[in-house]
Amino acid sequence: MSGRSAGFRFIPGGTTIEETAVDYQLIIKVAPFFAKAAWSTVVVSFLSFALGLSIAFPAAFCRLSQNRFLQIPARVYVSVFRGTPCLIQLFVIYFGGPQIGIQLEPFMAGVLGLGINIGSYMTESIRGAILAVSRGQTEASRSLGLNKFQTMRKVVLPQAAGLMISPLGVNTIALIKGSSLVSAISVLELAYTAHRFTNSTYRPFEMFILASTFYLVIITLTSKAIRNLNGRFAYEK
Amino acid sequence: MISLKDIWKSFGDNQVLKGISLEVERGKILVIIGPSGSGKSTLLRSINHLETIDRGEIWVDGVQVNAPLKGRKFEKHINRVRQEMGMVFQHFNLFPHMTVMENITMAPMLLKKIPREKADAQARGLLEKVDLADKMNCYPVQLSGGQKQRVAIARALAMEPKVMLFDEVTSALDPELIGEVNKVMKRLASEHMTMLIVTHEMRFAAEVADHVIFMADGVIIEEGPPEEIFSNPAHERTRRFLFEVFKS
Ligand SMILES: Nc1ncnc2c1ncn2[C@@H]1O[C@H](COP(=O)(O)OP(=O)(O)OP(=O)(O)O)[C@@H](O)[C@H]1O
Ligand SMILES: [Mg+2]
Repeated sequence: MSGRSAGFRFIPGGTTIEETAVDYQLIIKVAPFFAKAAWSTVVVSFLSFALGLSIAFPAAFCRLSQNRFLQIPARVYVSVFRGTPCLIQLFVIYFGGPQIGIQLEPFMAGVLGLGINIGSYMTESIRGAILAVSRGQTEASRSLGLNKFQTMRKVVLPQAAGLMISPLGVNTIALIKGSSLVSAISVLELAYTAHRFTNSTYRPFEMFILASTFYLVIITLTSKAIRNLNGRFAYEK
Repeated sequence: MISLKDIWKSFGDNQVLKGISLEVERGKILVIIGPSGSGKSTLLRSINHLETIDRGEIWVDGVQVNAPLKGRKFEKHINRVRQEMGMVFQHFNLFPHMTVMENITMAPMLLKKIPREKADAQARGLLEKVDLADKMNCYPVQLSGGQKQRVAIARALAMEPKVMLFDEVTSALDPELIGEVNKVMKRLASEHMTMLIVTHEMRFAAEVADHVIFMADGVIIEEGPPEEIFSNPAHERTRRFLFEVFKS
């Protein structure tokens, strides 16, 4: 440990050890708080993910529907939430909400904002996967006499499921990183914790590197899970 | 069994079918030949209502396929009608996430509520008929083109259709695999299945057809028994087409 920090000891310009060296003691001391915050990031991300998916599936079907009364609202939803910054959406919900009688805790506002936001991206991922199943598949199914719903359930969705895992995975990774935005509405997650400890210790480098490490671990594990899931759907074409 | 009356169909400005009428009697085989883009696929797909025609009537076994019904009523009607027709496509369109067995049993089990054991037994019989009894647990990706197409035929037959529609089912196959698919179709012919076949294979057409239609630019140029069309065509257009085909 001390051998490693030796490299930081003499910096050109003559600054002192105390100001520039990485303080490992401090890192170890605050790490448990960050671990707790990381769990909070996981929870926020997971709930937003679940909310996003449960919006995205119906929205994708509406988007694909011939019925304009279903299609147009879904289209508007997607373009509004993909076309504006997530941070502003969170502000509208958290700060703007009370003005129209919706008062939410930071945590709830954060999950709601992130979930609705990522749902718009997921809608497009799901829609893309469904459209990527070849037309010939639908035609073969319909020509056997299956109706639209049976065709969707038996033929299109099982194939689309495999195709949507990768894009939904990309959305999920983006969601986890984007969850740091809820620090701006004071949700006690990783980014917020790093901020707070920076203010009390004046050690931004340590704090943000530590936060990054936790993000990296979460994202690496998530990526691995996505790859596994993808592998399971790889019945060859 | 199949009766088309004055079928018209356009894609935008492109008038693809211009008043096609034809009849196929029960147990007979009609082969449609003609140059690329003449509307053969469109005609076949219209019979299965995969394309919606602009004008005319399509009758299969006494039922009007394009019945003047609206919305949900028509949906119900067409799903019922389609169960009576088997369609086989150029590119097989097998369901890649299902085994050969599941490909064949899915529709009968779902639509006719046939119990699994019975559906499986029927599928085994059909696979024997297309010489693929040993492939029932394979996935489509593990099969050759010719094998895929024979499974596709078995899948269509599993609904016990009254007519079978074949749209250039051998033209995506390597030459050495064409024979095995043609053999299966001939076997069906010998069992008096009513069939409407679109093909570029004149030799096969001549062998199986009861009646041949030569189509070009959305109209029937000439029709008759195969001996007549192939050895003594009346129209210049037919002669030129056959000359081109046999030259290659
Ligand atoms: N979905 C579609 N939209 C627009 N045009 C189409 C569509 N399907 C077919 N066509 C056009 O209709 C015409 C007839 O096509 P069709 O596929 O019926 O011909 P074909 O006789 O089957 O040709 P081939 O021997 O090449 O299969 C062509 O000009 C084609 O471009
Ligand atoms: Mg064609």
